[in-house]
Amino acid sequence: MICAGTGCVANGSLKVKDALETELIKRNLQNEVKIVLTGCNGFCAKGPVMVVYPEDIFYQLVRPEDVPFLVEEHFIKGRPVEKFLYTPPAAKNTIPVMNEIPFFKHQVLRALRNRSLIDAEKIEEYIARDGYLAAAKALTEMTPEQIVSTVKSSGLRGRGGAGFLTGLKWELCARVTGDIKYILCNGDEGDPGAFMDRSVMEADPHSVLEGMIIAAKGINAHYGYIYVRAEYPLAVHRLQLAIDQAMDRGLLGKDILGTGFDLDIEIYQGAGAFVCGEETALMASIEGKRGMPRAKPPFPAVKGLWMRPSVLNNVETFANVPPIILNGAEWFSSLGTEKSKGTKVFALSGALNNIGLVEVPMGTPLKTIIFEIGGGIKNNRKFKAVQMGGPSGGCIPHTLIDTPVDFENINKTGAIMGSGGMVVMDETTCMPAMAKFFLEFTEDESCGKCIPCRIGNKTLLTILQRITNGEGREGDIELLLELSQQIKDTSLCGLGQTSPNPVLTTIKYFRDEYEAHIKERRCPARVCTPLVKFVVDKDKCKKCGQCFKACPTGALVWEKGQVAYIDPEKCTKCKSCIKACRFWSID
Amino acid sequence: MAKLTIADLKKIKEDFHQGLREGGFRVKITVHMGTCGIAAGARPIMNVIMEELAKSNLKDVAITTSGCAGLCSQEPMATIETTGEAPVKYVSLTEDKMKKIFAEHVVGGKAVPEYALVVGHETTY
Repeated sequence: MICAGTGCVANGSLKVKDALETELIKRNLQNEVKIVLTGCNGFCAKGPVMVVYPEDIFYQLVRPEDVPFLVEEHFIKGRPVEKFLYTPPAAKNTIPVMNEIPFFKHQVLRALRNRSLIDAEKIEEYIARDGYLAAAKALTEMTPEQIVSTVKSSGLRGRGGAGFLTGLKWELCARVTGDIKYILCNGDEGDPGAFMDRSVMEADPHSVLEGMIIAAKGINAHYGYIYVRAEYPLAVHRLQLAIDQAMDRGLLGKDILGTGFDLDIEIYQGAGAFVCGEETALMASIEGKRGMPRAKPPFPAVKGLWMRPSVLNNVETFANVPPIILNGAEWFSSLGTEKSKGTKVFALSGALNNIGLVEVPMGTPLKTIIFEIGGGIKNNRKFKAVQMGGPSGGCIPHTLIDTPVDFENINKTGAIMGSGGMVVMDETTCMPAMAKFFLEFTEDESCGKCIPCRIGNKTLLTILQRITNGEGREGDIELLLELSQQIKDTSLCGLGQTSPNPVLTTIKYFRDEYEAHIKERRCPARVCTPLVKFVVDKDKCKKCGQCFKACPTGALVWEKGQVAYIDPEKCTKCKSCIKACRFWSID
Repeated sequence: MAKLTIADLKKIKEDFHQGLREGGFRVKITVHMGTCGIAAGARPIMNVIMEELAKSNLKDVAITTSGCAGLCSQEPMATIETTGEAPVKYVSLTEDKMKKIFAEHVVGGKAVPEYALVVGHETTY
C-alpha cells in the first residue's frame, strides 16, 4: 500500500509506485503482489510511505531507485529491509522529536516565544527575532486609540491573576487627562510555587520593555517602573542590563527610534512583602511608604502612583503585547476559549514527574497538563488534588480533572487560575495541613491594616493549628466556613479577600479529612505527627520489610515473613517508615 | 552607541541571521542559565565546555547562554545545534556527561541519544 496523500505525492510516491510496477513485472510477481494507493498515512515527514501486508511492515522514505533492492530483499527473499523501517522513539538509537513528546507537544509559545533561543544580555538577539518591531509599528503606524482598541479586541486579560481586560484598563487610563502618567510592571511574583514571571524577566527582559513602550504610547505615559522582588537578583540584573542597552540604542529614553516619543523606565526593588504585589500597596511601596493597600475608588487608572493616572500590568501580560501588535487581535484570539483568549504560562511543581514552565492555550484540560505534559505523578503515587493560584487560590480534586483551564472554568470549582502556579499533590498530602500551610503564609504576609485580614486570618490559622494538633473541636468546620466567608466579604484588598480560599476549597472537597482529624483524632495521610500513632496494623501489613530498611533508629522490629512492629521507646516519630510503606499499613 | 532607526532594526535582524550562516560556525552550544539551571549547576557545565573547546582547538564552535528552557526538573540542560541539522537538547547534565557529549557530538558530529531528551524546535505560534 503506497501512500498517495498530497505529502507523499509531493515527495514522489507515484514515481515509487511506477518503479514498483515495473520491477514487479520484471520479476514476474505482478500477480502475487498487489499495489494499492491509499490516502494519507499521517506520517508525512517520512514520506514516501509504504506499508506491506500481511506482515504489516511500515517503510518510510522510499525512493524509486530503492525499489529493485526492496523487491529483491522483501518480496523474493522474504527479508524486510531494515534501513527503510521506521524506528519508534523508544528505540535506543533514535532521539525523539521535540513535538512528539507530550511535554512539548501540547505547548504553544507566545509569551515564551524566545525561550531557550536568545541570550538575554544581548539586545541584538532579541531584535533578530522581530524584537522592537512591534514598538516601531505602534509608534509610527498606529494612534494611541488604535493601540488600545487592538489590545482590547484581542481579549487579553491580566495574567497576574485578576484577569481584568487589559485593553479596557488602558482605555480607562487613556481617557483621563493629565501630563504625567505612569506605566508600571508588576514583577513581584509573590505566590509560593510561581516562577513564570521570573523566567520571562531573566530570559526575555526586552519583551517586557517592548510591551511597556506600546502600553505607554497607548495611555500617553512617559515614565515607567518595573517593580521586581529583590529575591530575584538575576531578573533585576538582566532587566537593568536590558534597559541600559535599550537606552543606549535609542529604544528607550528620549525620542525613541526617532519618533519623538519619550519613555524612561526604572527598576524598583521590592523588599520581601507579598502584599506589595497588590497594585495600591505596590504603588505605596514605590512612593517610599510601607506597602499597604488603600481603598478603591479612586482606581489607579485615574489616581495611581503619586495620585497620577497609572496602569499596572503583570510581566506575562506585557510579554504578550508585542505579538498582538505585530500579528493582530484576531491572531491572538484564535487560541483560547470564549472568554479567555490566548495562552497561559503555568509553573508546574509538586508531585509531578516533569517540573517546569509550560505555556498552553487557554482551555487545555487539567488532565492534559498534569498527566501528559506533567508526565503524571512521581513514584507511581495517585493524584489527589492540584492547588491553583497560590495562597489566593484553592485546590481542585481529582474528580474535576477534566476541567478546562481558563478563568471561568476554574472559578466555578471554587479555586482561581491565578498567576499560573500549579502545585500538584498526591495521596501523601494532608489537606487540612495544606490549608494551614497557606494560612501560615498569608497570616504572616498580612499588612495588618484591616481587621478582617489581620485578626481573621490569625484566627483561621489558630483553628487549623488546633485541628492538625489533635485539638479540633466539634463546630470547628462550621466556624472555619463562616469566618472564611466574612473575611472574604470584608477585607480591604485582594490578600484578605482570597486568603480563605484554600480553607474553603479543602473543606468543600475533603471535608472527610477534617472530620477525621476532629472526631477521630486521625490524619488519613499520616502527615500530622501528633495524630499519628506509629502502630503497625497487623491485618494490613504485607511483611515486605521496607519500613525496616527505612527506620534510622532501630525502632522498627521485623524479620522475614513477620508482621512489622514499632518499639515506642526507640521511635523518634520521623515517619521514614510511613513514607516507605506502600500499603498504608502504619497508623 | 548610535541611536537606532526602524531601518536599523531590520538590518540588525538580517545581519544577525546572515552572520549565523556565514560566520562559519558549524556548531552552536547553548547552555540554559535561568535561575533553575544555575541552581542545578549550569556554571560548572559551562566551564567544562570552555575547557574542552580550548583543548580541542576547534575554531568553528560558538558558545552562548539563554534563560530557562522550560523543563526545570531536568536542569542543567544544554542545546547543541549543528548547521543544517535540528538542535538536540541534552538534560540532567553532569561534568562527565558534558565531556562525553563534547567529544562525541561537538567534535565527532554524532549525537549521544542516552543523554538527549529531544531533537527539534518548539511550537512558537
